[in-house]
Amino acid sequence: MTALLEMRAVRGGYGGVDILNGIDLAVREREIVVVIGPNGAGKSTAMKAIFGLVAVREGEIRFKGQDITNMAPERLVPLGLSYVPQERNVFPSLTVQENLELGAYVRRDDAAAELAEVLALFPVLEERRQQAVGTMSGGERQMVAIGRALMTRPELLLLDEPTAGLSPRATELIFERIRAINQKGVAILMVEQNAKQALAFADRAYVLVGGANRYEDSGPAVLAHPEIAEMFLGG
Amino acid sequence: MLVDLVQLTIFGLVVGGIFALGAVGVSLLFGILRFANFAHGDMMTLGAYLALVFVGPLALPMWVAFPAALAGTALAAVAIDRALFKRLRRASPVILLISSFGLALILRSLIQIIWGPENIVYWTDIVLPWRLGEIRIRPPHVVMLAVTVALVVALHLFLTRTRIGKAMRAMADDPDLARITGIPTERVILWTWALGGALAAAAGIFLAVDTRLNPLLGWNVLLPVFAAALLGGIGKPYGAIAGGFLLGVAGEVSTLVLDPVYKPAVAFAVIVLVLVYRPTGLFGGR
Repeated sequence: MTALLEMRAVRGGYGGVDILNGIDLAVREREIVVVIGPNGAGKSTAMKAIFGLVAVREGEIRFKGQDITNMAPERLVPLGLSYVPQERNVFPSLTVQENLELGAYVRRDDAAAELAEVLALFPVLEERRQQAVGTMSGGERQMVAIGRALMTRPELLLLDEPTAGLSPRATELIFERIRAINQKGVAILMVEQNAKQALAFADRAYVLVGGANRYEDSGPAVLAHPEIAEMFLGG
Repeated sequence: MLVDLVQLTIFGLVVGGIFALGAVGVSLLFGILRFANFAHGDMMTLGAYLALVFVGPLALPMWVAFPAALAGTALAAVAIDRALFKRLRRASPVILLISSFGLALILRSLIQIIWGPENIVYWTDIVLPWRLGEIRIRPPHVVMLAVTVALVVALHLFLTRTRIGKAMRAMADDPDLARITGIPTERVILWTWALGGALAAAAGIFLAVDTRLNPLLGWNVLLPVFAAALLGGIGKPYGAIAGGFLLGVAGEVSTLVLDPVYKPAVAFAVIVLVLVYRPTGLFGGR
């Protein structure tokens, strides 16, 4: 399998202060890759760097072989890359339908088929199409956020802590839907705090510490690693 | 007393419509570019003087001059963004705010250089008010209210039915997420300036019809326009419209109990009360 996304020795951060100190990371086609690590390890920053929201000072990022280092989001989205940030990932004053439609903004053609597909994936949203997203529960907002990112039919979906602040039931549902999305052929790169649950179904996992790679292996192997388990998974 | 109340409410709606048209632009620009545009009042003035060019020297009827002035002001607003604010896209909000203050002074001075400081009217003929019992209605007020309503409806259709309109609301909600979604933010910014400029021109022309043209025309109503945007919740175009009408009516009706010279104080009081008790506006904006 060829690598869909590759980060090589990426250094960068905000305003001259590096948060990423040489990160190597790869996502192959149809893979679920989970990134874990302590707070401040640079997990979210790595996501933002891929999406052109954090300046990359050194190293390179390639998507499908093309150099996308420091490329603006509006050019990345049409390439088949979507990103769901951890917070503020929906337009609260807009309706469910409008949020989803805007996800397809970069496509000039009709996105009715994609809309139907997203609504099939999250049936709760169907009856709430005209509801303002700001009035919905955390779990439902997360569905809208993920649905919005799927409207361009991405090949790779970046998810930053998709279950943060959700109830155990909603977390279960979101994880289950993420796997369903992956089954359709979408590769997934995910930062996750509920690491035990996520690692159980991850193809591969990276452990980041201090903005650099610490360890990588298959999801279950990371889960079984005694030192990692003690450090990040609460024993 | 009731007659006074109805009469003042009518005046209030007319004035409120002017505040509303100005406040929509302030609110959208704030939502998208994160700064309060102090030059918005002077963009209103510019629109009013552009209309004067069309009805005066060019002797065109107002129904031609009005859209022409709106288009001219929209173009001017876009040109201002290209020349000034585009260079400051990454600057802090304070720098943008001070720059807009500078722009306000430049616009006002240019207007004064070109057209002079004295009061000017579009027409000198006197129109008698219609009488409905004890209530008097000035024909221009009816036209102004009707056009305001038409503009608000057109704005609503633009914001809810067009791609760029939806993108504009999205960007006012969350500019960062709009970028992440792949929305071409620079295009949305241009459209926002054009829309804000056109609506400001409409407000300026109405204000000039209602009073007189002078270089301070728009600057004098900037405070209630800001108050209306704040009242509606900054970044919320519909809130700004409601805020404008509310403030207009409140200001006029307050003259039943307050001396009319205190009318501007009502706007100040509203700003203070909103900031203290509902800083996100009545409708839950930012």
